[in-house]
Amino acid sequence: MELTGAEILIRCLQEEQVEYVFGYPGGAVLFIYDELFKQDKVKHVLVRHEQAAVHAADGYARSSDKVGVALVTSGPGLTNAVTGIATAYMDSTPMVVISGQVPTGAIGEDAFQEVDAVGITRPCVKHNFLVKDVKDIASTIKKAFYLAKSGRPGPVLVDIPKDVSNHRTNFEYPASVTIRSYHPAGKGDSGQIGRAAQMLLEAKRPMIYAGGGVVLSDASAQLTDLVRLLDFPCNNTLMGLGGFPASDKHFVGMLGMHGTYEANMAMQHCDVLLAVGARFDDRVIGNVEHFAEVPRKIIHIDIDPSSIAKRVKVDLPIVGDVKLVLDELLEVLRGNVQRPGAADMAAWWKQVNEWRAVGGGLRYKNSSEIIKPQFVIEKLHEITGGDAFITTDVGQHQMWTAQYYKFDKPRRWVTSGGLGTMGFGLPAAMGVQMVNPGATVACVTGEGSIQMNIQELSTCKQFRLPIKIVALNNGYLGMVRQWQEFFHCNRYSETYMNALPDFVKLAEAYGHVGMRIEKPADVEPALKEAFARKHDLVFMDFRTDPTENVYPMVPGGRGLSEIILAEEL
Amino acid sequence: MRHIISLLMENEAGALSRVAGLFSARGYNIESLSVAPTEDPTLSRMTIVTSGSDAIIEQINKQLNKLVDVAAMIDLSEGEHLERELMLVKVRAEGDAREELKHMADAFHGRIIDATDHTYTIELTGSCAELDSLLEKIGRDLILETVRTGASGIGRGERILKL
Ligand SMILES: Cc1ncc(C[n+]2csc(CCOP(=O)(O)OP(=O)(O)O)c2C)c(N)n1
Ligand SMILES: [Mg+2]
Repeated sequence: MELTGAEILIRCLQEEQVEYVFGYPGGAVLFIYDELFKQDKVKHVLVRHEQAAVHAADGYARSSDKVGVALVTSGPGLTNAVTGIATAYMDSTPMVVISGQVPTGAIGEDAFQEVDAVGITRPCVKHNFLVKDVKDIASTIKKAFYLAKSGRPGPVLVDIPKDVSNHRTNFEYPASVTIRSYHPAGKGDSGQIGRAAQMLLEAKRPMIYAGGGVVLSDASAQLTDLVRLLDFPCNNTLMGLGGFPASDKHFVGMLGMHGTYEANMAMQHCDVLLAVGARFDDRVIGNVEHFAEVPRKIIHIDIDPSSIAKRVKVDLPIVGDVKLVLDELLEVLRGNVQRPGAADMAAWWKQVNEWRAVGGGLRYKNSSEIIKPQFVIEKLHEITGGDAFITTDVGQHQMWTAQYYKFDKPRRWVTSGGLGTMGFGLPAAMGVQMVNPGATVACVTGEGSIQMNIQELSTCKQFRLPIKIVALNNGYLGMVRQWQEFFHCNRYSETYMNALPDFVKLAEAYGHVGMRIEKPADVEPALKEAFARKHDLVFMDFRTDPTENVYPMVPGGRGLSEIILAEEL
Repeated sequence: MRHIISLLMENEAGALSRVAGLFSARGYNIESLSVAPTEDPTLSRMTIVTSGSDAIIEQINKQLNKLVDVAAMIDLSEGEHLERELMLVKVRAEGDAREELKHMADAFHGRIIDATDHTYTIELTGSCAELDSLLEKIGRDLILETVRTGASGIGRGERILKL
């Protein structure tokens, strides 16, 4: 029997076991929405803005191991989705975005709601397709899911003209897919892995530097085994948090611009560095020349060859899936009686612990007068038992959450790292909650960021998503204000937002519960009350110290050891 | 250093813009780029002439390889290879200059493929440097139009790029 393109698309999504599609309807996707209506296997989540659809699909994917799916209409639907797509691209989220397009005959005529979707998204997708023939829909969707999930994951866009979604053809979903020009890496080279093992065993000042690739490859168990076997210090990038348990004694914290003193110093001064699924980006190692001043051997495991030797020279590249490579590396090490030199390791740990003492771990001066944002996050960790799914927006609150919410498990930490997209947190939390029903999900945000996708409070109401919004309301675009304080002589240009809404009333207007918390003594009771409300979305408006800064800080363009610690406390 | 990169890619709408977009987005140089389908109509062969430090060339290679549409590639300049470019140049050919231009074309093994009372169109195939040098000989005063294809490259002997 012949099916329409739209029917075929929905059947494909069913075949891919897609549970939720996050989307927003419009003219070019009318046939597709019509087919969604006629079935109930694939459920649709109606967001209030296409950017939110993509972030929700992103949160859905990051907090599970599934591919997120978003559906938008042509023109403005697609352009609204672009920020979400770029966000997913920078953080390598597996995602398929389906966009409607004007009918094939109208393409190129500046038709109503026409944009060149494939052209606009080209630099921020792993791959994209314009489907010109209904016969190609099934194979294209198959390829899109395969591309999104395999190798280094990423978003894939499929643009479907309206007429194509209404043409008919036979439906057969391909059982398998191969793309002759695409060969994602699998296992690493055994020779290289053997050499890496030897290099690690001979290290005197080793360091394991683990990034988001560990989480994406579901390799935290392997990483944890490796670190414990070798008794090496381990740090995490912002994206890698949860990839190694923060409560483990080998963990020296997050590194980078707002990383701990010990993580940054150990990174700078190690003699053998094992980089796992991390990419030495500018927010992580700061100034490349400064980093290169200390000689060290670098072993780099990554599934994407272009991540290797992009910013730093690598002595031993291993291209492969992090999990498979670590499995093999562990096997080699377990089969070898040699262990790192005990005296060297003792001396190195002594040094690392001295750094720990200097940096004092993470420090802030608490107050009984005014709420310190770090205190809220510490309490949040305590009250949720460290076991919540946490999404964030972008700014100071994001960094404090990364620092003070000690993630022990992967996929619990959902943040926009690469693109740094304000407005990510709330819609991402929706996706997280959909794929983890019953789990505790909190969105830590700022009064600036939350207003970038605040309309999603309405979606949360419709789908009864009991997300807990922890707004650290410092009255400023705090992170930008901090830079202005440090680097622009306190000229707070446009970082104070006048006329903030009453967030409590706003939450109530959307049908949720709102709370305003102004005193340190009220922080814990408020959090307890909010998290006890299992079925309600609670918006907690914490009025926090507007002058608080994020420390430590490696100023932009500086070296890791040029780190500024918290003022004397 | 100058590099000449050759690649086989899916002959699909948009594949060319993926390559061109990559170069502009990442700020890499393109000296020339030429592309056409091969004996297998589903594949196009592209030759890119670029330049940069070793680190940049390594990134260019890796980034090109990462494009889903790129099926195979080779940095021809890393080994023995042949390089040819086609040029059509139209010159003002009047009076004494006519004879002189004809000699020049002959000396370069070029051909005059169109002649009028006032103009010649010379066709020349050769290395980029040979083309440059003919242009220099003729001199800008006489040149009316220059059309160059950009380099095409192929490995010598058994050095073959095929799927
Ligand atoms: C979409 C977007 N626009 C601008 C920025 C630049 N930016 C980074 S942090 C920040 C301030 C965020 O303010 P808020 O949400 O209140 O968080 P805070 O830093 O105060 O915790 C801004 C404007 C951004 N990251 N994303
Ligand atoms: Mg703020």
